[in-house]
Amino acid sequence: MDFQPTQEQEDLRAGVRALLSRRFGREALRAAVDRAEAGGAGGVDRGLWRELGGAGFFALRLPEADGGVGLGLAEAVLVFEEAGRALLPGPLVATHLAAGRVEGAADGTAVVTAFDLGDRPAAAAGPPGRLVAHLAEADAVLGAGAGGCTEAPAALLPAARPVPSADPLTPLHRVPPPGPGPDARLRDEGALLTAALQLGSALRTVELAVRYAAQREQFGRPIGAFQAVQHLCSGMLVRAEVARTAVYAAAVCADAADRAGAAGAAGAAGFGAAVAAEIAGAKLLADRAAAANARDCLQVHGGMGFTWEADVHLHLKRAWVRAEQWRTAAAAEEALAAELLADAQERGREGASYARDGSL
Amino acid sequence: MDLAETEEEREFRAGLRAWLAKTLPELPPRPSPDDWPGRRAYDLGWQRRLYDAGYAGLHWPAAAGGRGAGPARHLAFLEEAERAGAPYVGANFVGLLHAGPTIAAEGTPAQRARWLPPVLRGEEVWCQGFSEPGAGSDLASLRTRAVRDGDAYVVTGSKVWTSHAEIADWCELLVRTGPDAPRHRGLTWLAMPMDAPGVTVRPLRTLAGSAEFAEVFLDGVRVPVAYRVGAEDDGWRVTMTTLSFERGTAFAGEVVACRRTLGALARAARANGRWDDTVLRRRLGRLAAEFAALWRLTQWNVSAAERTGGVPGAGGSVFKLAYSQARQELYDAAAEVLGADALALEEEWVRERLSSLSYTIAAGTSQIQHTIVAERILGLPKGR
Repeated sequence: MDFQPTQEQEDLRAGVRALLSRRFGREALRAAVDRAEAGGAGGVDRGLWRELGGAGFFALRLPEADGGVGLGLAEAVLVFEEAGRALLPGPLVATHLAAGRVEGAADGTAVVTAFDLGDRPAAAAGPPGRLVAHLAEADAVLGAGAGGCTEAPAALLPAARPVPSADPLTPLHRVPPPGPGPDARLRDEGALLTAALQLGSALRTVELAVRYAAQREQFGRPIGAFQAVQHLCSGMLVRAEVARTAVYAAAVCADAADRAGAAGAAGAAGFGAAVAAEIAGAKLLADRAAAANARDCLQVHGGMGFTWEADVHLHLKRAWVRAEQWRTAAAAEEALAAELLADAQERGREGASYARDGSL
Repeated sequence: MDLAETEEEREFRAGLRAWLAKTLPELPPRPSPDDWPGRRAYDLGWQRRLYDAGYAGLHWPAAAGGRGAGPARHLAFLEEAERAGAPYVGANFVGLLHAGPTIAAEGTPAQRARWLPPVLRGEEVWCQGFSEPGAGSDLASLRTRAVRDGDAYVVTGSKVWTSHAEIADWCELLVRTGPDAPRHRGLTWLAMPMDAPGVTVRPLRTLAGSAEFAEVFLDGVRVPVAYRVGAEDDGWRVTMTTLSFERGTAFAGEVVACRRTLGALARAARANGRWDDTVLRRRLGRLAAEFAALWRLTQWNVSAAERTGGVPGAGGSVFKLAYSQARQELYDAAAEVLGADALALEEEWVRERLSSLSYTIAAGTSQIQHTIVAERILGLPKGR
């Protein structure tokens, strides 16, 4: 056991961080927000998308024989963590999952979105149709057609209605109920990579809060010297660190399950109960870390935090979007509860011969 | 990043599993929680069995009489032992997890030879003499004094919250030797025999009803200078070594125990119908994620410590903050599952619920841990 990133993994992460800080630093982020507010594109910069493709962002897990990089989820979560840290917009997870399935996804020449928002069954009550992100900018939609395959946005757009979005960089459309959604395996991978984006955002908002708390003075000293503020910041780190280990561990376990062949590699059935539960836990904890950290970061920023100029609200709004993607808290908690009970009943039988007390 | 076990580790685990399956049914019945002499005998007996089978001091360095097996194997041991329902360290807690590792790291060869083997063999019990009535979270303000008199220190003062004091043979005692030095610089770490003249132990009842900790009064107790670990007035640094062990890995076995309790709760909820309550079911699911992540965080911290060379870092404070809260939430959830049955004190887990209230206080309150994280990890300005 050596549960720390290898040098190669750190190098990969550093490379992505350098690329993103060069191509999507704070000014680019704010410019994208301004463009979106002015009614422009929803945030996908095709040039950057192709650059990400060239750097292997989407083809990271494609086998080398298929033109990919041949790495695993352990590397992918580190890369997606960096994208989350930078608040990079666009259907990153869906395009990554589409690599090898949709032409152009692997090299970033295609933008692929997915029916990944919400767990609501198609037949549920409420407004008709389902929300989908980045529909107008996409070349394909993952997981709608027969067999969990893709659909062309052109076929969906006529019946789609644009809906104002809480997150300025995640445009939404409401579309008629689609067919069967992405399969279990894709949903697990999507949940894990989205958790990695949330993790990056959660870690970034800790940094933003700490930096502000060390600079901003009130009552003649930095607010970071007040325990009330210190404890908000340390609570943020605790949430982020708990989420970090959950996300990394789920990725490592999923890769190990694949190597062992237990999941039948890319089989539609998913990873098996234990790994699926790790992924559900990672998503749950990362969703909480991202949203709660953004809130606390906003609180540390005080009145400044409530303004449009501060970046904090962008982290919070994106965290809310991601919390609805691939697997919601309700679904994750139900999945975890089911696995807990199944495991406990199994273990109850196995351990009965030398159980300690008989009671709890 | 790798969580996989080596072939050697797999074999170790298999051997341990077989040994536990054979050994646990041979254990005598557990003494009642208030039978302290009985608990001492039981816990020491278990330690002796571990020693004889080669499982004592797995994570201690070989030079200290341990197995030098590395923390990964130590974690595997904790996991298997808890899974099988083996006894926990109990009265050996301080000796195995705090005093032992501290003496291994800071003691002289003679001190290691004197104190470490009896801990591993299950012959001597240690307690911790850090906290005082006026020095809890502000440990460095402690006032118990030690004055040099020839080849001994003469110790006068009192300690409180001293777990297992009345059944302990030795006390890891923090005293003030430099009354005029800055408060962190005048402290010294001593090993004090609990049967020395002038030591009086008065058991204190906890809110859980048990007498698991005590006040200790020290009236002119002579402690040989040879029992000092580390240099005179350097006790704060030695103590930080102790505390980093306490926060880093000492709770690892308990995380596994909590997962086991959570599983038992799920079964109980299924049996009494509360499982159908969506809110409660989701709460248990959330706790499952928390405890799974806490186990991963332990593995993460241990791996980080291994890379940097041994002593767990400030990450232990992060772990302790999350763990102490999750543990309290676990037992609150248990009360919700069991309803009025949660009031029946004869159930062991009800006492555990009461005991869990100490977790956000013991080993440095959550507020102190938050400050440590803010100042030492996040680098925020020093506050007050």
